Amino acid sequence: MSTPVRHRARAVAALAVGALVSVSLAACSSSSSSSGSSSDASAGAASLDAALAAGGEITYWTWTPSAKDQVAAFEKAYPKVKVNLVDTGGAGDNNTKLQNAIKAGSGAPDVVQIEYQSLPQFVLPGNLLDLTPYGIGDLQSKYSASTWGAVAQNKGIWALPQDSGPMVMFYNKTVFDKYGLTVPTTWDEYIAQAKKLHAADPTKFFANDPGDAGYTTSMIWQAGGHPFVADGQNVKINLQDSGSTKWADMWNQLNEAGLLGAIPGWSDQWFQGLGDGTIATLVTGGWMPGVLEASVPSGSGQWRVAPMPTYDANNLVTAENGGSSEAVVKQSANPALAAAFLRWLNSDPESIKIFLASGGFPSTTADLESSDFLNKESAYFGGQKINQVIVDSSKHVASGWQYLPWQSYANSIFSDTVGKSFLNHTDINEGLKAWQEQNVSYGQEQGFTVSTN
Amino acid sequence: MSALATTVRPRRRSFVGLGFVAPFLAVFAFVLVIPVGYSLYLSLFQDKLIGGRSFVGLDNFTRLFADPKFWDGLGRVSLFLAVQVPVMLGLALVAALAIDSGRLRGASFFRISVFLPYAVPGVVAVLMWGFMYGDQFGLAANINSLIGSHVLQPLTPKWILLAIGNIVTWEFVGYNMLIFYSALRSVPGELYEAAAIDGAGSWRVVFSIKLPALRQAIVIATIFSIIGSFQLFNEPNILRTLIPSVISTYFTPNMYAFNLSFAGQQYTYAATLAIVMGVFTAVIAYVVQLRGSREANR
Repeated sequence: MSTPVRHRARAVAALAVGALVSVSLAACSSSSSSSGSSSDASAGAASLDAALAAGGEITYWTWTPSAKDQVAAFEKAYPKVKVNLVDTGGAGDNNTKLQNAIKAGSGAPDVVQIEYQSLPQFVLPGNLLDLTPYGIGDLQSKYSASTWGAVAQNKGIWALPQDSGPMVMFYNKTVFDKYGLTVPTTWDEYIAQAKKLHAADPTKFFANDPGDAGYTTSMIWQAGGHPFVADGQNVKINLQDSGSTKWADMWNQLNEAGLLGAIPGWSDQWFQGLGDGTIATLVTGGWMPGVLEASVPSGSGQWRVAPMPTYDANNLVTAENGGSSEAVVKQSANPALAAAFLRWLNSDPESIKIFLASGGFPSTTADLESSDFLNKESAYFGGQKINQVIVDSSKHVASGWQYLPWQSYANSIFSDTVGKSFLNHTDINEGLKAWQEQNVSYGQEQGFTVSTN
Repeated sequence: MSALATTVRPRRRSFVGLGFVAPFLAVFAFVLVIPVGYSLYLSLFQDKLIGGRSFVGLDNFTRLFADPKFWDGLGRVSLFLAVQVPVMLGLALVAALAIDSGRLRGASFFRISVFLPYAVPGVVAVLMWGFMYGDQFGLAANINSLIGSHVLQPLTPKWILLAIGNIVTWEFVGYNMLIFYSALRSVPGELYEAAAIDGAGSWRVVFSIKLPALRQAIVIATIFSIIGSFQLFNEPNILRTLIPSVISTYFTPNMYAFNLSFAGQQYTYAATLAIVMGVFTAVIAYVVQLRGSREANR
């Protein structure tokens, strides 16, 4: 709960750094002018090499735990380039700060981390730099199809994938052993185990969900829902399609019975609960091991990974949760250098090695398929080869999912609508209907043609 | 020629005057006139993700007056104002009178300790209270287990406004106490001597000398508190990180404006809301001031 204070301090630091950078960039801009307008891909790649050789200073906003080490390695390889790293703390604050800086016309970073679900919101108004002229398209074969599909859209390449979040179930083996719980493979079993734990100890929660937008959309994704379909200016919103109600009806059994913990994600209480057994399972993206290792040291040895529970025991279907890319902001005074840093950050083996060592889950196919990666035994997870479970999940992600072009706004009003259903332990479908209604009117206000069926 | 000279001279004199007020005017323009003017300008437009910015006249204002979220927030801060401000100013008044009575042991220690919460940064104060309010791990949980019931739940919809009122009161009692106390210090000693000679007791002095002397200070403190209430933002917005479903994104008008602009990118609609709230606050503050000074003149 100390995070808002830290964020405020960071915001001040970010402003200071931003001011510093713009001054120093102005000072050296004449020496580092590059041929960014070249449309030839090889010339584009060459312009990035030239920018790295010329050097300069750029700013990078991120909340990736390994960013500090990655930047240090980059600066060692390219001593003429200085990267000012700003830790934005999390996706929500990051987006707000970025939006502010873009609106203000100055103070935005050169390179910034953006979740896949928030990319359309920055691509659509033209806030990001199309990386196509810099020959970035040549890198396509390096990335998994789903992550590349998320960054290459609307006739451009707007970012480079960093990680991906195929969903799995993390569970606290200590708690499972103590209360004689079995690892559920279907949601029916999941609910049964949740009831069993609650009966044994009401202070423990099998599942914790205070009403989280990202979790809800991922769960609807797994249930086969397609509540959002965006095609240019035409958007369809139907949060009562068969997949949405399938999930809501299932989750209602836990919600209406008061079996869901209400600890907000990423709060101190949440990390504490993950460490002391208050929260027994966590169904989330494959990037979670890195977070657990970094922020929940007391959970070491207690956690294990299992496939995401399914609706049909014989058919593994999963979804993605979270996952980020990095993009170059159009405001950047040195776009060639920013793109060059980005290229190194998300495709250079050295950078990805650092990222993986910190527990990150890659988007690069070579790493996803390497036996080193698959057979790595995680000490935190009691020696389990967790990557096998997570990579397997990535092969069963339901296809055809789309987010709204204003997903981060939609997520911000989630607590006003669906959150009420969680708070009052009432039918989640009612909350979903309210959420849909507010999104339909927002979409119309923003000039989209919105339909609901 | 001479006629021309005489018309020029007074003009030059007026420029000298302008020079003296120029620093003020410059700051005034930068921090007040230009931002307000820009907000007014913005409020006449609409930004769309598809289609960009277009002129919409007064549409934003008609939309705002029909917006249930706006009225919800405004109603909440009005209720907050009606309950919290009298309680806070009453406590501040009692504290100021107690210090001024001269009968308080360790008066300066009392004064500094009541004032101290004001010196705690607002964010820190709210986080601290947030911890105490927690009915799972916090002080509220301890009290509940002590009395053996689950009656104290400050972070639930029913209690949350009271919980916020408590934080704000804790923060600002000392500040208002100082305003009142400094006003009491400026009462001439002769009045007290005269009262003593007339045989007035302590309560008589309070009602006949001290409270009338405080009238202007009370008006000022009330106006500050009204403005503060309508601008309620920090406390609920920070508590929101703990209980996102309890405190909505439009809990207070300021929070609504903040979320409209920074989450929804509806800067122009947020500007409209800001202008309406500004006018609303100014009118109420003006009415209070008018009433206060009229009573003082009686």
